[in-house]
Amino acid sequence: MTLLDVRGLTVRTGDGRTLVDDLSFTVAGGERLGLIGESGSGKSLTTLAVLGLLPDGMTATGSVELAGTQIIGAPEKRLTTVRGRDAAVVFQEPLTALDPLMRVGRQIAEPLGRRTGLKGKDLRRAVAHALAQVRLPDPERITRAFPHEISGGQRQRVALAMALACEPKLLIADEPTTALDVSVQAEMLELIDTLVRERGMAVLFVSHDLAVVAKVTDRALVLKDGRAVEEGPVDAIVGAPREEYTKTLVASARRLESALDLRSAR
Amino acid sequence: MNRADVLGPVRPEKAPPSGRRSRRSATLVTGCVLAGLIALLALVSLFWLPYPADDTSGGRLAGPGDGHLLGTDKLGRDLFTQVMTGSRIAVEAGLGSVIVAAVLGVTLGVLAAFAQGWLDDTLAAFLDILIAFPTLLLAMLIVAARSATLGSAVLAIGLAQSAVVARLVRVLVKRVLAQDYITAARTSGTSWPRTVAGHVLPNIWPTLVVNLALQFGLAVLAEAGLSYLGLGAPPPNASWGRMLQEAQATFTTAPAGALAPGILLVLLVIGVNLIADGLRDTLDPATRGRRA
Repeated sequence: MTLLDVRGLTVRTGDGRTLVDDLSFTVAGGERLGLIGESGSGKSLTTLAVLGLLPDGMTATGSVELAGTQIIGAPEKRLTTVRGRDAAVVFQEPLTALDPLMRVGRQIAEPLGRRTGLKGKDLRRAVAHALAQVRLPDPERITRAFPHEISGGQRQRVALAMALACEPKLLIADEPTTALDVSVQAEMLELIDTLVRERGMAVLFVSHDLAVVAKVTDRALVLKDGRAVEEGPVDAIVGAPREEYTKTLVASARRLESALDLRSAR
Repeated sequence: MNRADVLGPVRPEKAPPSGRRSRRSATLVTGCVLAGLIALLALVSLFWLPYPADDTSGGRLAGPGDGHLLGTDKLGRDLFTQVMTGSRIAVEAGLGSVIVAAVLGVTLGVLAAFAQGWLDDTLAAFLDILIAFPTLLLAMLIVAARSATLGSAVLAIGLAQSAVVARLVRVLVKRVLAQDYITAARTSGTSWPRTVAGHVLPNIWPTLVVNLALQFGLAVLAEAGLSYLGLGAPPPNASWGRMLQEAQATFTTAPAGALAPGILLVLLVIGVNLIADGLRDTLDPATRGRRA
């Protein structure tokens, strides 16, 4: 069953520049697709277009069908019901993705309460449970904390808990580990991997980091300047890239890795 | 030489923040005391006045003392009574104008922030014109249309200030809307009205409330100015502005008539501005205590 069907997606700015060009891909229910590309390749715009959340002045044409709903051109009211229920997002910057003036517990309670209809004590218990699931220590304290009072890794876990609270069919992860340091990165990836597998969720994983994408996804799509240059199983792309651009991406990832190996061997 | 000797005595680590905090609260407390004093006068004037407003039994231009705490004006009316009524009018003018400005300004500002294209430009231009439009002229138009009452003055001041508030709110809301947490709320399916109520308004609130406090002070001054020109509350309601105007001719012989309302006016405006200052420091999330 196709959960997300993107066909001929094109995103243009008001002054006519094309940022995403005739992009097509599908994500089946429970499948994990990686979107790989350098910054500026149109990855994040693609994820925003999937939810009908493009910034002002940008227009999308083509077709984006999410769980049977046509997103492009849909009225705001229709989109509000689709967002969260069918797809939710974890963003790159965990500090700015949380409301600085709202306690963490309330931020999770908001989508959780809307989905489950729970209130009061039951809702509080559900929030604590959601925090425990993303393996946050001391959920009592975290619930009452403001975003600036917890660490970056904890914030990203909260953001993940918020996205999962919606129980979406598709989890969109937009560079969810880029802002974290390496050891926290690995934990976060493993956490996403486990939680998503448990729930049978589909994942659209956006990253510039081949190694990260290879860890979490089955299939990958390589973007360059808003166009898809290569698509296939992640192992094939990493093991035997066909396109010139993919080859450079893989080679530079290799170079970085070997450089790291050399350093750690020393 | 020892480092500590060069740098002087080592300060305890916690001292600077706590010192800053106590200075903050000192500003806030001073402001509250000054403004509270006037508010108390205003409150008491609702229930009790030393003399009826039209009582002229004290004789003309009597000096302070002798049954009249501040003396009397050129018609023989008790000055302290007038000053008390005046403080009530000043507080009413400030509150009324700020409420008008807040309701209109926030609504207009939020709408303007969401408007796009030509509507955005039109609203921005409209606000700029409204800001450039003299309050005095607006007040004269409103007084001509209605009559010279406190309500007219409050309406004129509130309208003029709502443009300032709306322009500020428009910018603040636009800035908040560009934040990731708004997109995050939207991606989880939060509707626009809920996003505005739950995330946008709380995040512009600290800046907004400081600005409204400043607007309160400005409104009090503006009302005094309008009633000085006869565009405020009509007699026998003594507004500070009209007291100043009436005392102008006799200032050299009986200065109390001008000094009393003048000093109270200054105290109230300073008090409110200190409150605004104190609020800015305590409410601003950037200066609020971070995790140790």
